Amino acid sequence: MDAILFLLFAAIAVACGINLVVQTHPISSALSLIGVMASLAVLYLLLGAEFMAAAQMIVYAGAIMVLFVFTIMLLNAGAEHKKGRSVIARLLGVPALIGFLGLVSFLIQSLLPRSEEVRFGAFTGGTAQAIGKKLFTGYLLPFEVTSVLILVAILGAVVLARKEI
Amino acid sequence: MADNFMPSAAEMLRFLPETVLIVFGTLIMFLDALVGEGKKAWLGTVAIVGLLLAAWGTVVAWSNPGPAFQSMLMVDGYATFFRFLVIAVGVLTVLASVTYLERERADSGEFYALVLYSVAGQCVMVTANELIMIFIGLEISSISSYILAGYLRDDKRNNESALKYFLLGSFATAFLLYGIAWIYGATGTTNLADIRRVLSNREIAPALGLIGTSAALMFVGFAFKVSAAPFQVWAPDVYQGAPAPVSAFLSAGPKAAAFAIFLRVFMTAFEPVADKWAPVIWVSALATMTVGNFAALLQSNIKRLLAYSSIAHAGYVMVAIAAHSQIGTEAVMFYMAAYAFMNVGAFVVVAHFARQGEKYVNTDDLAGLGQRQPVTAALLTIFLLSLIGVPLTGGFFGKFYIFKAALDANLVWLTVLGLLNSAVGAYYYLRIIVVMYFKEPGESMHDLQPLAAGTQAVLWGSALATLVLGIYPSVILDFARKSAALVK
Repeated sequence: MDAILFLLFAAIAVACGINLVVQTHPISSALSLIGVMASLAVLYLLLGAEFMAAAQMIVYAGAIMVLFVFTIMLLNAGAEHKKGRSVIARLLGVPALIGFLGLVSFLIQSLLPRSEEVRFGAFTGGTAQAIGKKLFTGYLLPFEVTSVLILVAILGAVVLARKEI
Repeated sequence: MADNFMPSAAEMLRFLPETVLIVFGTLIMFLDALVGEGKKAWLGTVAIVGLLLAAWGTVVAWSNPGPAFQSMLMVDGYATFFRFLVIAVGVLTVLASVTYLERERADSGEFYALVLYSVAGQCVMVTANELIMIFIGLEISSISSYILAGYLRDDKRNNESALKYFLLGSFATAFLLYGIAWIYGATGTTNLADIRRVLSNREIAPALGLIGTSAALMFVGFAFKVSAAPFQVWAPDVYQGAPAPVSAFLSAGPKAAAFAIFLRVFMTAFEPVADKWAPVIWVSALATMTVGNFAALLQSNIKRLLAYSSIAHAGYVMVAIAAHSQIGTEAVMFYMAAYAFMNVGAFVVVAHFARQGEKYVNTDDLAGLGQRQPVTAALLTIFLLSLIGVPLTGGFFGKFYIFKAALDANLVWLTVLGLLNSAVGAYYYLRIIVVMYFKEPGESMHDLQPLAAGTQAVLWGSALATLVLGIYPSVILDFARKSAALVK
């Protein structure tokens, strides 16, 4: 059952991911991205990372995607104009990608020690309680410093978006 | 662990420089709303005070070294050295920017706040003892830098610079993050010392392919940040397009911090597999030096020329990393200090000379500077001679220690090729000096203003530091020698 669910949602995620790149209209790409995010959330849940799954749904598939779609609507972005790609990109792009993915999966397959099969509910370290404990004890400093990172991003948006310098 | 997670007072003090910088960055944003138009230069003073207090905080943190926040940070001599260095670069940048921003009618508090945050991010990076901390520090520093590169928003060149820097930079950071994920998956920890422990224990060490993949991915991320070949393509466009004081900052501060973590990660966590990664660094070092020096020969834009020269200098530092020894670490520390001062100095002369809208940025525009402003020309000559590596300047001892470290590690060929490379480099630096002194002044000279006070302070300070490092290298070298042992 777990394996079927995994394969199903992994396939959806990959299909949506490919569709995201292939589509020419930004709205179609954004909708595919929601598909990627939502199926990733299911994969997290299958692994037992329930907090991650919820955050993925609420923050990424929800809040961030709403902003994406709003921005696209506001800018009234039309379909993308395809320009001729360079010869190198056309000839080598797909083979290089397949080569890279093949290499990575080969490495993971052959090098990682055989781990036990993942069963739903076997891992309990992903609850909100467990993550909260980690965040406020061992990872207190990165958690706090991340707020500076976000502050800088906000500041940057203000600087780049205001009327006059 | 759960019982005793509250950080102690000593641990808080070890994080003092970053705290001061962040508080002052936020303070400047508050004051920005209160200070009227045209008086924003005053906020530059606040930024300088913040940076000086942070330097004092570094001293306080150093008086009681050790780990902090569950070993997220490690305050040691190495971290202290680089904290001082990035703070010094911050001070020079702020001093040089005040006049520049007034001239471009773009003076506002956010600029100084961003410089402070960027320096804070770099301080976090160089002190971090843990990959997550390194990543967050790097992101704080990088995101502030992206914004600074595009600060004059109405200038096309600034836009191009910021966009290229942002897109390529995020791409490179993603590689770094992927590498971190791999090493966490393989070893179950992100602490550098713990990774080293796992990798050096034969029984539990993961397969070499796994370590190699994560090291390679992290190498891509770091090589981008230090502009080492083959990931150097962004540097010329970004340095050319960014406001000149920001180019000075980018080529010194973030680069020094990136080299610091590059070295720390590869000399602690990946040190057990050093004989595997050293050849990669060898190749990259040679490629970086060669690409930088030969491309610089062809440049007519002086900012672009300095950008290629900064790539070449990254190559020299990579030579010392390829040596992967304690002397190599010392050499990197010394070189980054010498390089920061001479390069900031050179860029700030360009910022002074370019005038409003950066009109005059070609090498030929410098014609006759030796007659019109002999002092400026003399200072630029000091920086250029130091970049060549002439004795009595910091650049000479920097190169000397790097090639000495390489020879000690039996990298004879790399040393020979590196020396040939610096001979090539001498050509384009000397060409600038020739243009300054032996060409008649053209129309680019007629409205040249005298040096502003802030610019003067930067130039004299950097020139003094360059000469002191060239005459008494021991002032820095002794400290570097004591703190170069990264693994205790």
